[in-house]
Amino acid sequence: MSVAGDYKALVRKRIYFGFTLLLSLFLASLVAMGLGAYHMSILELLYAVFNGNPVVWNVRIPRIVSAIFVGASLAIAGAVMQCILRNPLASPFTLGISQGAAFGATVAIVFFDIGRMHRVGETLTIFNPYVLPFFAFSGALIGVFVILLLAKLRDLTPEAIILAGVAMSALFQAGVMLIQYFATDVQVASIVFWTFGDVGRARWIEVYIIIATFLACFLYFFYRRWDYNALLAGDEVAISIGTNPQRIRIEGMILSSFLTAVCVSFTGIIGFVGLVAPHVVRLVIGGDYRFLIPISSLVGALMLLLSDTVGRTIISPVIIPVGIITSLIGAPMFIYLLLRGGRGVRS
Amino acid sequence: MLEVEGIRYEYGKRPVLREIAFSLSRGEMLFILGPNGSGKTTLLKCLNNILKPRGSIYVDGVDLRKLSPLEVARKFGYVPQRGEIRSLNVFDAILLGRKPYVKWEVSEEDIRIVENTIKMLKIEHLALRRINELSGGELQLVLIARALAQQPRYLLLDEPTNNLDIRNQLEVMNLLRKAVKENGISAIVTMHDINLAINFAEKILMLRDGEVFAFGGRDVINKDTLMAVYGIRAEVVKYDGRVFVVPEI
Repeated sequence: MSVAGDYKALVRKRIYFGFTLLLSLFLASLVAMGLGAYHMSILELLYAVFNGNPVVWNVRIPRIVSAIFVGASLAIAGAVMQCILRNPLASPFTLGISQGAAFGATVAIVFFDIGRMHRVGETLTIFNPYVLPFFAFSGALIGVFVILLLAKLRDLTPEAIILAGVAMSALFQAGVMLIQYFATDVQVASIVFWTFGDVGRARWIEVYIIIATFLACFLYFFYRRWDYNALLAGDEVAISIGTNPQRIRIEGMILSSFLTAVCVSFTGIIGFVGLVAPHVVRLVIGGDYRFLIPISSLVGALMLLLSDTVGRTIISPVIIPVGIITSLIGAPMFIYLLLRGGRGVRS
Repeated sequence: MLEVEGIRYEYGKRPVLREIAFSLSRGEMLFILGPNGSGKTTLLKCLNNILKPRGSIYVDGVDLRKLSPLEVARKFGYVPQRGEIRSLNVFDAILLGRKPYVKWEVSEEDIRIVENTIKMLKIEHLALRRINELSGGELQLVLIARALAQQPRYLLLDEPTNNLDIRNQLEVMNLLRKAVKENGISAIVTMHDINLAINFAEKILMLRDGEVFAFGGRDVINKDTLMAVYGIRAEVVKYDGRVFVVPEI
């Protein structure tokens, strides 16, 4: 077969892989909807969905939709960060978003006495459900704003941006610990509990906000897919094919940070998905951003949905926050993939 | 026709290029020679707006500053020193050269151009390999292919034969000459290997401390210019119709 023919066959394979993931995501959603403190058969599930069963519509579906879109958001934010910061270890949290959000939440819980949480079966009690996310969101973006300002004013290199992120993270972490040191036991427990990422916290209105932000960022990132590919060849080559690296970098950091901050402020900190989902896709179909962006979003969604379903069912009725499960299951699986991929590369 | 007049460039306050002027016609290969730090790479980057120098550059009669980034990208292909294209396969990497022409998605035409470039460089066997699996010589061919797929009027190459064995050096230079002659384009190449340059060049520009010391045909390389630019004693000898610089050791 011709070179072009071989290439087109490869492109078709990538597209099939995407559709397979989409189908898996759909099936996984159905399974997740049926599972829970009360298991439902397919017929029961259909009946519940069409009759507006409150458990299905107000607890399980928003939770599933939230897992899908938070997973997808973190994955594309990670994919973009890894490209624009030229670093495979970059993730949605590289600019200090998780520590910033935790700092914001800590301030809200300790100084404004809002958002004290208890776990009672499946429910959380939050005194004021809007103020806590607002603080977390602000905290997440303060650090990013400082780094962006530096990047813009001093023309920071990607390496310097990452180091600035490390510094901001340390600063926020110190802030959190300082406040915790003087806080009451209940407050400290609330703070720790907040940091366990949990997609079940988001209600419909918040899910809508997450979906809208995801869609806007996804469209922008996908529109820029050629520019991200160009950056893989280095800044100079990128300029020589008509890309403006500095602009792509700043815009990418703003949007991926914003997207991550929205997710984190409604669900808490969910690690690993944003770092690993893009790498899983690279191992399977390569690093072309035309495919990496959409397919990472599917892998991220699937990872988070499956993790959450495991977390909900494994010792039901106790729900293990998904932030714990993602790393617990994801890390060994990823290492396995790396080892297999490594052998493939050598042979 | 590329016309460069009075180019100046500074890194901070340190002048790197001073009053550079030269011109280049279609189908010609220009080699920029000079010791380390004489400004070769900087000059190359000034030609397609990677760096913004003072002075003027006219590209086929049009001021470079009046061209949009995409228009510049369609005129100039650039191959950096120590290039890399991470985590793509070879076909995707070469396809990147079509970016200045792609509106939303690649066309059949783009795929065909990439295929033809791959055939011209005889790297069909590499087409679906990942970039990080290539040897140094293979990688260099892929980077050049990417720039050729851009269908530029001018090819800018920064030390394209560095780190290649002698066979790969000749292969890369012969392919470049073929591409230049067949497509009627021009190439501007920085190089340390004087013997390679002198046998492939139509024009040679010798840089010393950021200034043009000599510009012209192959005959600008002689005992005196080699002494002045590199500070070496050397003979220029003819052997079997080719020219060689033989330094005193």
